Amino acid sequence: MDNRRTGISGAPRTERSVLSKVMGGVLSLLAMGGILITIAAFAYGRNAARQSFDRILLGAANDMAETIFVLDGRPIADIPVSAFGLLALAEDDRVFYAVQGPDGAVLTGYDGEGKNPNLRDVLTEPMFYDSRMQGEGARFVTVARRFSERDFSGAVYVTVGHTLRARNAMALDLTRGAVLVTGVGGIALLLSAFFVIRSSMKPLERLTRDLSERDPYDLTPMPAQGPAEVAVMVHALNRFMQRLDRQVGAMKHLISDAAHQLRTPVAAIRAQAELAIEDDDTRRGARLDRLVKRTRSLGTLLDQMLSRAMVMHRTDNAPPEPIDLRDVALNVFEENDHEVLAPDASVDLSIGEVPVVVMADEISLGEAVKNMLANAMRHGVPPVMIGVSEGEGVGVIWVQDCGDGPPEEVLNTIGQRFERSAASKGDSAGLGLSIVDAVAKAFGGEVLMERVEDGFRVSLRLPTRDEETRS
Amino acid sequence: MMLRRFAKWATVFLTLSGPAQAQEAVEVFTAPDSAPVTTLLIRSTTDISIFSDLLAAFVAANPDVELRYEQWGSNALYADSRAACDGRNSSADVVISSGVHQMIDLVNRACASAYRSEFTSNLPSQRRWRDELWGITREAAVIIYNKNLVSADEIPRTRFGLLDLMRRSSDEYRGKIATYDIEASGLGFLFAFMDSQQATTFGGMLEAFARVDAVATCCSAEIIAAVDSGRYKFAYNVLGSYVTTAPHENLGVIYPEDYTMFLSRALMIPKGAQEKETAGAFLDFLLSGAGRTLLAKADMIQENDGDERARSDSTERYIPIDPTLLVAMDVHRREQFIAKWRDSFGAIGEP
Repeated sequence: MDNRRTGISGAPRTERSVLSKVMGGVLSLLAMGGILITIAAFAYGRNAARQSFDRILLGAANDMAETIFVLDGRPIADIPVSAFGLLALAEDDRVFYAVQGPDGAVLTGYDGEGKNPNLRDVLTEPMFYDSRMQGEGARFVTVARRFSERDFSGAVYVTVGHTLRARNAMALDLTRGAVLVTGVGGIALLLSAFFVIRSSMKPLERLTRDLSERDPYDLTPMPAQGPAEVAVMVHALNRFMQRLDRQVGAMKHLISDAAHQLRTPVAAIRAQAELAIEDDDTRRGARLDRLVKRTRSLGTLLDQMLSRAMVMHRTDNAPPEPIDLRDVALNVFEENDHEVLAPDASVDLSIGEVPVVVMADEISLGEAVKNMLANAMRHGVPPVMIGVSEGEGVGVIWVQDCGDGPPEEVLNTIGQRFERSAASKGDSAGLGLSIVDAVAKAFGGEVLMERVEDGFRVSLRLPTRDEETRS
Repeated sequence: MMLRRFAKWATVFLTLSGPAQAQEAVEVFTAPDSAPVTTLLIRSTTDISIFSDLLAAFVAANPDVELRYEQWGSNALYADSRAACDGRNSSADVVISSGVHQMIDLVNRACASAYRSEFTSNLPSQRRWRDELWGITREAAVIIYNKNLVSADEIPRTRFGLLDLMRRSSDEYRGKIATYDIEASGLGFLFAFMDSQQATTFGGMLEAFARVDAVATCCSAEIIAAVDSGRYKFAYNVLGSYVTTAPHENLGVIYPEDYTMFLSRALMIPKGAQEKETAGAFLDFLLSGAGRTLLAKADMIQENDGDERARSDSTERYIPIDPTLLVAMDVHRREQFIAKWRDSFGAIGEP
């Protein structure tokens, strides 16, 4: 219980939740975008303000230049009110104007700070420039008007300027508007992101809750609801739990089998051993013989149980690979394990020339065939034959003997995990066949037991790889 | 030629920027039984007598302030303020002038300091500029006449009426019509200049003034007294507030019905002011309800009421407080305008 609690409360501490992560991301994205937009808007606003107020300046300057006339060889400016009306559009800005003669002397207007220092450059087109006006930043334009009169010849320059209050106000206003719109949009985006993320995180939260509330020994599948990503995760989780469940089951079976199946033979061995000690010398040989036989059959039983456990483990853990059934048959045939069981029995091999490839685990398959062979050697009538055949998308590996096979009622129960009778006899046909059965099921095949013309055949039928790829 | 012009302006400048003797009158206001801590120096073109009630009320409300009120001519005040702005002489704390164009020029030369308050922001936009210049009054430019010398059926209601009168019987009015000397009075120049922009009547007026040998002279009080005494029959473009403050039995007032010009005296706090805070308080006082009531009592805020002032809104012309008035300060414009004026009046300032 303690473990569980620390596990749950520990998880959020190590990593922030996805929601807060995404919200953080969106927020920083918005902040960055906001800063960029503000800068861009300010640049744009300043540019716009500059353009519009530059036009006003130019208009005023042209207005003034228009009214200049030459009287008695002297240029006179009849400064129009409209020019100042234009300048007054920038309501709170101070104004500068100067009309300068060809030599730069101020004819009328203000003399001092703000005068254009490079009058020569203005001859062809208006010249805008930034300067200061009594300590305040200001913008100026100079236009030239050329005269070629009898008594006066040369250019008269009109410079008009104003401080930057209206420009800055306009730039700020434009920026404020843009920032306001961006801000509102950003907040809307943030809110919608929050709700979208939260709603799409719901299944995950539910999953988290389900998992944290779940009994750690509960391996039943979880409901796979919600979006595809979550479903995939739940499926993977369920698959994992199934496998765990199977493995735990196999382990339980192994333990209970071992407990169940080993107790009797071990007891029998102990009894035989005790008898052998107590008996007189004449019968001790027979007792020892039986003891050996019991011990050997216990060894076989152990082998089988371990191999079954191994098969269970491998079928869950080793991915299926393409395997030629003929190799399996050949390996079993060449290992000659049967010679231990029945040294005089003959075993034949019947395989074709064409590979019969199925998707399976070679070791599991080998164990299964060994068990089939061992059963045939033990219970059947020689000669025994191992064979591989193929037909209708099914690869078959079979073991056949010349006997009639087990009785009908045994045939029906065959393949169960264990049989009391078999076990008590120190026999292990049931266990061996259960291995075969488990292997067949693990790789999508089946076990078939049938009486054929010249004997009894046990076949392990697996779908061929061709079939699998075709489907 | 250039040199000659420059020399002339230099002389003008010297005369105008002479030391503080240019002030016409000084009066100090303190609240009774008080020990003032600060002294607020006000330089104004307004006659002390008109302003005294208001100033007394201010010191009564602010007993720790002593008001030193100096009355100046508008041109002298402008020159003094320019000099103060350039640091050539000590600055007043508050400058009030009816030469609004001169005040605009001062603000445009960055000679003012900004002040903001609840009262200033309530002013309409054409009565303030940059939060550095505020219009505190509302006074009409009127035509006055001597009731005894002008018969009732002769009284003109408009400028056209006056024009016709002068043309019809020029001998009768020869030397009997007065107006401001625009070179001596900033206010006179402003009125004349605004007239020249308002209507083509102005050309006709000048021509008619010439015909009757009109007199260009100085100073509101003198003109009013002269009309009252019968020295002149008519005076054109007189500030209405001066007429009504002192009782003049023989005076009639005409608010011209073609258009009536309204002027708002401008107040500025110079950038060199010592007591800017008190100056702001003084401005707030002028714009407050109490101040406005006192100004209205002194007839310096003239609202549309009374039959005598039967005129519609469309005939009111406001002299706005904005940079367009800078035109009135332009050297060339001034020269031309004054030249034109001189042509009409012949010898200048002939009383």
